[in-house]
Amino acid sequence: MSIWSRIANTLRRGDRLNSEIDEELQSHLQEAIESGRDPAEAHRALGNTLRFREQALNFRILPWLDSLKMDAIFGWRQVRKNKITSTAAVLSLALGIGACTAAFRLIDALLLRPLPISDPANLYQVLRRMPGDNGGTETLESWSYPGFAQMRQAVKGKAELIAVSFAYPSDISYDADAEMEKVNLQWVSGWTFSSFGLHAAVGRLFSESDDATPGGSPVAVISNDYWTRRFGRDPNVVGRTFRMGQIVYQIIGVIDGPFSGTETGTMTGVYVPTMMSRKVQQTGAFWMRTLLRFLPGANVELVRQQLAATSRAFEEERLRGVPREVLERHLNQQLLLESAASGASNLQSDYRSSLWMLAALTALVLLIACANVANLMTAQAESRRREMAVRVSLGAGRARLVRLVMLEGVWIALLAAAAGCAFASWAAPFVVSRINPVTNPARLWLPFDFRLFSFAILLTVLVALIFGSVPALRTSQIMPARVLKGGDDPKAHRRLMYLLICGQVAFCFLVLQATGLFVVTFQRLTNRPVGFSPERVLMMEAVSTQPQPPAIWEQELEHLRSVPGVESAALSDMYLLSGWATNYFISVNGAPPNMVLTQMLDISPGWLHVMRIPLLSGRDFRTEDVYPGAAIVNQAFAREYFNGQDAVGRRFEIPSEHNQRLGFEIVGLCGDAAYLDVHQPLPPQAYFPFLSLDAAGQPHENRGAVIMLRTSASDPMSMAAVLRREVRAGRAEFRISNLLAQTDINQAQTVRERLLAMLSIFFAGVALLLAGVGLYGVLNHSVVQRRREIGIRMAVGAQAAGVARLVTSRMVAAVLAGAATGLIVGLLGANRLQALLFQVQATDATMLMLPLAAIAGIAVLATIPAVLRAVHIDPLMMLRTE
Amino acid sequence: MPKPDTLQGALDLLILKILFHRSPLHGYAIMTGIQEISDDALRVEEGSLYPALHRMEEAGWLRGRWIHKPNGRRARVYELSPAGKKQLEAEEARWNHVTAAVNRVLRMA
Repeated sequence: MSIWSRIANTLRRGDRLNSEIDEELQSHLQEAIESGRDPAEAHRALGNTLRFREQALNFRILPWLDSLKMDAIFGWRQVRKNKITSTAAVLSLALGIGACTAAFRLIDALLLRPLPISDPANLYQVLRRMPGDNGGTETLESWSYPGFAQMRQAVKGKAELIAVSFAYPSDISYDADAEMEKVNLQWVSGWTFSSFGLHAAVGRLFSESDDATPGGSPVAVISNDYWTRRFGRDPNVVGRTFRMGQIVYQIIGVIDGPFSGTETGTMTGVYVPTMMSRKVQQTGAFWMRTLLRFLPGANVELVRQQLAATSRAFEEERLRGVPREVLERHLNQQLLLESAASGASNLQSDYRSSLWMLAALTALVLLIACANVANLMTAQAESRRREMAVRVSLGAGRARLVRLVMLEGVWIALLAAAAGCAFASWAAPFVVSRINPVTNPARLWLPFDFRLFSFAILLTVLVALIFGSVPALRTSQIMPARVLKGGDDPKAHRRLMYLLICGQVAFCFLVLQATGLFVVTFQRLTNRPVGFSPERVLMMEAVSTQPQPPAIWEQELEHLRSVPGVESAALSDMYLLSGWATNYFISVNGAPPNMVLTQMLDISPGWLHVMRIPLLSGRDFRTEDVYPGAAIVNQAFAREYFNGQDAVGRRFEIPSEHNQRLGFEIVGLCGDAAYLDVHQPLPPQAYFPFLSLDAAGQPHENRGAVIMLRTSASDPMSMAAVLRREVRAGRAEFRISNLLAQTDINQAQTVRERLLAMLSIFFAGVALLLAGVGLYGVLNHSVVQRRREIGIRMAVGAQAAGVARLVTSRMVAAVLAGAATGLIVGLLGANRLQALLFQVQATDATMLMLPLAAIAGIAVLATIPAVLRAVHIDPLMMLRTE
Repeated sequence: MPKPDTLQGALDLLILKILFHRSPLHGYAIMTGIQEISDDALRVEEGSLYPALHRMEEAGWLRGRWIHKPNGRRARVYELSPAGKKQLEAEEARWNHVTAAVNRVLRMA
């Protein structure tokens, strides 16, 4: 029995009929023998029962499957016969499919995939939206714990509120003297895991009683992923302890399943109860998200209103005494519930529009590739017109011809999909690894699963339909009589090709326009002065096992200055561009604060020199300067508060929480420096002495500080090992918890722009190449098709210029039409891009001219060979061969 | 002697006709029925009969069903459907038309 009839048997009717046929024939045999026929002869007459079965069953399905098989084999032969065309088609499609699949994989992993918890659709994030500084809106996702607790109380019985902190890379150590380890850690409510329907793989997860009293239960739960990576799935991990800060935590259990936190893009390894954070009682510390799960039967809008009222009342109470207009603006906020089914993270909000933009670019590239392949295959089908015409005249149905050509397309699409998936499996992790700011590298769960598989299949089918249908339909319109006589309309089949060229050029324009904008954005950001010199500067976050007085820190600094290769060293409480900020409203001459925040940093003497921030007038801090008392401000500060006059010697105050006013005298004026974010204008800044005195006049003891070092090494990271050792040699209690080159910190600021610029340059190159190949292919094909006409024209005296014009005129028209379409669409879509740009307008004339110039260039390049071919046609040769 | 069932349309007509007169019949009865009525002149072979039965059932001219015979076995019997009756008329007309034409040719010769 052939493979086809086996398929046929399972496809139709199935075993029931087979057994029935057997039974029927058995009964026939019985009758024959009963009526006196020779049993052996009767058996022979019946023959092999299987033969009947096949004949009865397969008489319809078999020819269809057989012909399908034949067409598939024929298609495969065509694919293999035209090796160059097929390879070009498969490669360009593979790139398009692969890029699209990779983009989908990223978007799915970061934005779409539901969290691995029970009922993820019923998980919301509570947000506040308020008018922003410059006309737009600002969304706040951070909450303080006391406010959260009041809101939770207010909606009890209708919805469950869950507090989860942002994921912090935290320093922990497992043994008393072991090195510090960085681990992503989240403070979460005790009822988080039970509400998420998660269970323990070993030990137990938190219960509500673990999260009842501040500082009450130093316990921790770890994720399955962290358990595997750090402990090799050792079940004895339960009961192990680690130290974080002054507190020793005990691990009580491991979460079962792939859940690794709600901050998609960061895999959280360790969870501790919110009550273990010292911020849990502070009304002014905004350090966590509020998640919400509705209980059955809850009224969504009612819950939202109750939350809004509670939040507003809390803020009014908290901000008592703040100037009226600041308060008004702050309270003019709207409370929103946003779905958090796929988690809630900064990576999502930072990369949402970038990723969709990337997806749009890849889709455009795929469309360009599709248009190319459609044209290639149409050209190929044209050269097979005679063959097709013969088929039609021999009685092949149109449907059969369409299938024949489509199957060729399916082969190409399948090959491209296989290559594309291989490309995507490499590309997606590669892109994630590029989202690697040293301060917070991204880690995404990128499974290759059913969702991705169905996407790739769907895309392949779609692609095969798009590019396969054009030549297939053209083929089905063949008029055999005309084709075989050689008088087929030569223009008709090229109209479609030029339309495709027009589309290709339009898509290409869009990709180039976006690329130009992203590259300029990245350049402007990189070339933007940051106000300090990051080269050869090392940032070390140092921690000590217990708080140390300033004198000990100064000793440590002195030790480091003696290390060979260290030019200068200074202390600060944070580092520039860390992503963290301390800021206050300040008051001059007792006037109420205006609404511009001043950014602050505590620094030791010499810090400005280490960073190469110029001191413009006045003096640097001296060792006797203390906080509160002395301050150094920058130019932006002087502009903001003293109309740009020299600020040295002037005074300002910080209204502090308990209605006290801390007074400062400005001792120095320095240059502006980027503080929080290089995208924003350089803000007013005030620097204070690192040495700080409390109300009783005692120096404040610090457990951690940032040591900034200027080195003489061109690659400061080469000194990392030495410095780690020297820090401990200086004083045994000190450890380095984080060590980064300042240049890396600066670069981390533009990771998104770098990624967009890098990927879009890649896609622009591919798009240009594909469009160029497409132009060349179509033009060349049309010259070959029209060689007889050209030959006649030349024979009757047409000049080379005339011939060149003849063969290129339609192409020029198509390219111009495509560019115009691209220009219009680009202008219409410009504002969608604007949010991703920096100091460049999407509608900027030069930014529109660049893609036009590139397209013109590639069009000329692609045209030259075909034109040369046309003008070199020898009329005599040509006419003789026909 | 040439095999009568090599004439394609003839087999269908024979099956339809015999089922029109005596229905329902199982496959063996159809076979022997055709043989008897034609006085052994026409023989239908099993290899042609059953595929034809299934094809005609598929086409909706015949209806097959299972009956229980006294000996406890099951047998599949066939009868004409309304569509089969129409088909019989058409086939008969066509046959008569063809044989008449053939006869005319023979007379002329």
